[in-house]
Amino acid sequence: MAEALQPLGRDAPKAGFPARGLLGWVPALTLATFLLPICVGLLGTWLPAFGYLPAIGGAAFSLEPWRALFASPGFERMLALTITSGFLSTAIAFCLTIWFVAACHETRLFAALRRLMTPLLAVPHVAVAIGLAFLLAPSGFFFRLAAPWLTGSEIPPDLAILPDPYGLALALGLVVKEVPFLLLITIGALDQVGAKQRLATARGLGYGPIAAWMKTVLPAVYPQIRLPVYAVLAYALSVVDMAMVLGPGTPPTLAVQILRWFNDPDLSMRFAASAGACLQLGLVVLGIALWHGFECIAIHQARAASFAGRRGGSGKVQARAAGLAMAVVVALGLGGIAVMAVWSVARRWRFPDAWPSAWSLETWSRHLDGVAISGWTTLGLGLAAAGLAVALTLGCLESEQRVGRRPTHRALWLLYLPLLVPQIAFLFGAQVLAFRLGWAGTWAAVVWSHLLFTLPYAFLALADPYRALDERLLRTARCLGASPARVFWRIKLPLLLRPVLISFAVAFSVSVAQYLPTLFIGAGRVATLTTEAVALSSGADRRVLGVYTFLQAALPLAIFALAIGLPGRLRPFGPAREAGK
Amino acid sequence: MMKRVINVCAAAALALAAQTPGAGAGTAWEGVLAEAKGQTVYWNAWAGDERINAYIAWVGEEMRRRHGVEVVHVKVADTAEVVTRVLAEKVAGTAEGGSVDLVWINGENFAAMRDNGLLFGPFVEGLPNFALVDVEGKPSTTVDFTIPTEGLEAPWGMAKFNFIHDSARAPEMPATMAALVDWTAARPGRFAYPAPPDFLGSTFLKQALVELTPDPGKLQQPVTGDPAFETATAPLWAYLDALHPHLWRGGQAFPASGPAQRQLLDDGEVDVTLSFYPSEAASFIANGLLPDSARVHVFASGTIGNTHFVAIPFNASAKAGAQAVANFLISPEAQARKQNIEIWGDDTVLAVERLDEPGRALFAALPRGPATLSPEELGPTLLEPHPSWMTRIEAEWLRRYSR
Repeated sequence: MAEALQPLGRDAPKAGFPARGLLGWVPALTLATFLLPICVGLLGTWLPAFGYLPAIGGAAFSLEPWRALFASPGFERMLALTITSGFLSTAIAFCLTIWFVAACHETRLFAALRRLMTPLLAVPHVAVAIGLAFLLAPSGFFFRLAAPWLTGSEIPPDLAILPDPYGLALALGLVVKEVPFLLLITIGALDQVGAKQRLATARGLGYGPIAAWMKTVLPAVYPQIRLPVYAVLAYALSVVDMAMVLGPGTPPTLAVQILRWFNDPDLSMRFAASAGACLQLGLVVLGIALWHGFECIAIHQARAASFAGRRGGSGKVQARAAGLAMAVVVALGLGGIAVMAVWSVARRWRFPDAWPSAWSLETWSRHLDGVAISGWTTLGLGLAAAGLAVALTLGCLESEQRVGRRPTHRALWLLYLPLLVPQIAFLFGAQVLAFRLGWAGTWAAVVWSHLLFTLPYAFLALADPYRALDERLLRTARCLGASPARVFWRIKLPLLLRPVLISFAVAFSVSVAQYLPTLFIGAGRVATLTTEAVALSSGADRRVLGVYTFLQAALPLAIFALAIGLPGRLRPFGPAREAGK
Repeated sequence: MMKRVINVCAAAALALAAQTPGAGAGTAWEGVLAEAKGQTVYWNAWAGDERINAYIAWVGEEMRRRHGVEVVHVKVADTAEVVTRVLAEKVAGTAEGGSVDLVWINGENFAAMRDNGLLFGPFVEGLPNFALVDVEGKPSTTVDFTIPTEGLEAPWGMAKFNFIHDSARAPEMPATMAALVDWTAARPGRFAYPAPPDFLGSTFLKQALVELTPDPGKLQQPVTGDPAFETATAPLWAYLDALHPHLWRGGQAFPASGPAQRQLLDDGEVDVTLSFYPSEAASFIANGLLPDSARVHVFASGTIGNTHFVAIPFNASAKAGAQAVANFLISPEAQARKQNIEIWGDDTVLAVERLDEPGRALFAALPRGPATLSPEELGPTLLEPHPSWMTRIEAEWLRRYSR
């Protein structure tokens, strides 16, 4: 699309618009803001990985950290756990999303589940994990419902469900959290590839709904959602907070072990931690390459199947099965949050009681002050980080379209770096940089550290709708004498209002969920709901966790509700939208 | 500039005070208090327990009222994070204006900060209330895990390892570590301990080591080499190999932390949890975190005990304010409030019998619950081994059981 708009960009100077005004520098500026901390951070991690960290006596380069890493107890299990939970969760989340959209896009269930999915998207990972952990544990909610009439005992069974030795609970948690994200991205891409027309044609040729979708829509949609899938895979391979709640502990996944080493009072463990952080990065790169390999094989296989001409059935049974699977995912996610909300007003709730035996608002009243402070901080940081992210994204995309330069387009891929590079791999180095500049612990620095993660997600949510905007509209406007700025404000923004607001809400929820960056760059002085929740979770009082989990979910949810509700109310943009049809 | 001059003066006065205890301490301390006024102390403290958080908030109010010092509780999930942060500041060359003014610390975190030159001081001898601390009766107030504190950290509270059991489900508890194996064999899946290096899990291992090792005296010295380590710890590993099959989840998984195991006890998944505060059980019951039937159990031959401290990083921004807080924390009033099971229930570091009449009255008036044991019932306190043992044991444990 950037190429398609090139003539427009090249013509611009003649028409009196400089091709590289202030706007032209936005991509470069954005990239610099990003690459600098990440590169310095990576360097600050790589040097210790090869034995260099003078502050704690590492003065010469050596391979000792790597030897220590490979010799660490349970290293093979750690790797196996990381890879299985990462790949399993991504594969299941991806297949479930595609299956659900393909099988259910014509059903009423689709719209209903899609609406229920949004809250899940907004809730921070760790909140979903905490809820899920309580649902699944042998002394958890499901077993409380079943005991003692079904299990025949007042004592919870000694079953290795949570934590389970294979990381399956962790994989399930990731599926619950990533499916809504993939679904939102997929649905967003549907409009851009003209899914309706494709389906209409295929259905007209007698294909069943699933076959029609898989054969005509998926090939067009997949390129649009490829990058988000990679981001999901990278996240699943390097997740820390969810793995701490749902994953096994002896040994844990690689990312959790790296954090443990970083936090070990024996400072020499940092060398192994740094080597592990490098390995974690390698694992993610390898994982994505592997996925890409599967992709190529799958495309090759699917091509033959596509042309075989099999029409497929009505898909009623599959629609029901896919809908059920999806409903289970949504129920697990939302159910977990709901039971944690119940915990927040419980005083006593012991096994095997299905519901609390004593209720109390004491937890809320005791935590109101603390919650208010960290709640406002979370809101302020989130609004700033999301606002900046959306503004920079719009600046980059607009600049790309106006300048129409291919390298810019390619360079923007670098924006996704923070999603692909594990946080743990560069945050220590970035923290040192922040201290050197005297920024650590300031709001600006924390907003900036959140921006590293809100921007890519804002970009993910916005780039494809933006690039796929019907260019004929823009050409027409230009031909009618509108300046590029006027086209941007009067045509593009109104048309893109929904994706812009959604990307703002996505960025906001990403900001709310940040734990490690807030902790590292905020120097412990910036307390958000998430940092407080994790700090309190070490005390394992479920009633307090309930308060924080509920609020962690409620805040981004409110922003999402606004993002979805607002466009309907802003009718002045209506005519432009209709003009597009 | 002016501030730096005052800093130098205060440091000089402190040094003087440290050399000649008593004489001139009053004036030097007044200087510290004068400088502390208006300062904000960022106190980094583990925040996993609400009662402790509430106590720290009370300290903040008192400090504002009494000395005009603001206290901000920086909530920490793991004290090692603070070590990490101060280290990052040192790497970045932040010699002053650091983000941490006061840190709640002991054991290996203290050793790590001390060894890497991350601490300010010595300052403890300069605190007027330090004279009230029971240095003779509670030797761990100046020796932290066998390492002399050298005035770099001020004692705050006493900890003593104990078991909390649900007396409704497990009325009888074993009298020794050795008896624990038979106890667990009789009720498989009902006992657990947190995975080391969680400090309660590590303490469980140390308790077992102290009871089982052929020559406990050696544990007070640093590990001298592999053969010595193997000789001293062989009985421990044999013991754990016998114990593990009877544990929760068959010893294949371990609770993540002490609080996580407290939750398991309340959920009924296990019958026992471990604690470091003998009054914690009473406090848990009062707060609805454990059933009323929870009781404290210790071994008659004694359990491991230690002291927890507060320390000031080398680059703290409010060193005077931090010292003012450290001094207030060991005042009779603050210590008595801390020992109250309705507030926190953390034992005092003070020599109560040496306090003046109002001070003793504060402690005499403290409430006791059914799950509280008297000092006599708590039995003798065993000394912590040298930290090098703990490091080696943790590493060996991971090698054997985490794979």
